[in-house]
Amino acid sequence: MTTRDRGRHVNDSTESLADATRYRRRLEAVRPRLVSFALLHLRDKTQAEDTVQDTLVTAMEKSDAFSGRSGYETWVFGILKHKLLDALRAQQQSGQWQPMENEASDEVVDRLFQRNGRWEQHARPSAWGEPEATFENEAFWQVFDACMIGLPDNLARVFSLRELMGLSTRDICREVGIRESNCWVMLHRARLRLRTCIESGWLKETHPC
Amino acid sequence: MLMCKDATRLMSMKRDRPLTLRERFSLRFHLTMCSACRECDRQFELLHHAGRRFEPPTEDRTTDDAPRH
Repeated sequence: MTTRDRGRHVNDSTESLADATRYRRRLEAVRPRLVSFALLHLRDKTQAEDTVQDTLVTAMEKSDAFSGRSGYETWVFGILKHKLLDALRAQQQSGQWQPMENEASDEVVDRLFQRNGRWEQHARPSAWGEPEATFENEAFWQVFDACMIGLPDNLARVFSLRELMGLSTRDICREVGIRESNCWVMLHRARLRLRTCIESGWLKETHPC
Repeated sequence: MLMCKDATRLMSMKRDRPLTLRERFSLRFHLTMCSACRECDRQFELLHHAGRRFEPPTEDRTTDDAPRH
């Protein structure tokens, strides 16, 4: 069959229907990752599901706008990020957040160090192995998620905006209404608490004794 | 002299803003001497890239059902 023959059989509407089916299949495939990303930011399962649903509908409606310059999933994640920022603003405005001001000190962090500033013996970091292998280890991410849930809400929000959403600290302080220096303090606390939690959860799991 | 607690503060900060020359030197000096802080620095780096987990494994271009434009 020549190209011209095929052209007679496949008209425009079946083409776009096939495209729509293909997009829908890909959206279904990426959905679980969208939900876990949203959950890490919003810390509320229902709100995370709703935001992802809204993202999927927008992606279907706007699939014509997908230029193909970036990957399709990257494009969908871009839509989700915008919607998450809107949802976070709504959370904050409706009073679902504790005030963002910093405690003078963080006792969990203080317990990691001796009075002279050296690591306490029990808190000294151990090796986690090769980063690539760690990234591919599903058990690591389960511990990571559990540790994120355990973080105080505000530390977790600032951490996700910085390290998952990729916003600069300047943008974060504009979004959540804190000074940039506060943001640095919060990120320091979040990183220390996370690494401590991950190490105690993950290394125990991989090296049971 | 920089102690571990302040070293972790600089390790965290360097992922959010450029350190001053003085901060960079004192951190580097501390890291040459302290293996625990070197591990901590590696772990902060890993956390800094935690978002990579959400990147598509092969991106969309390799599959045969790539979207048509």
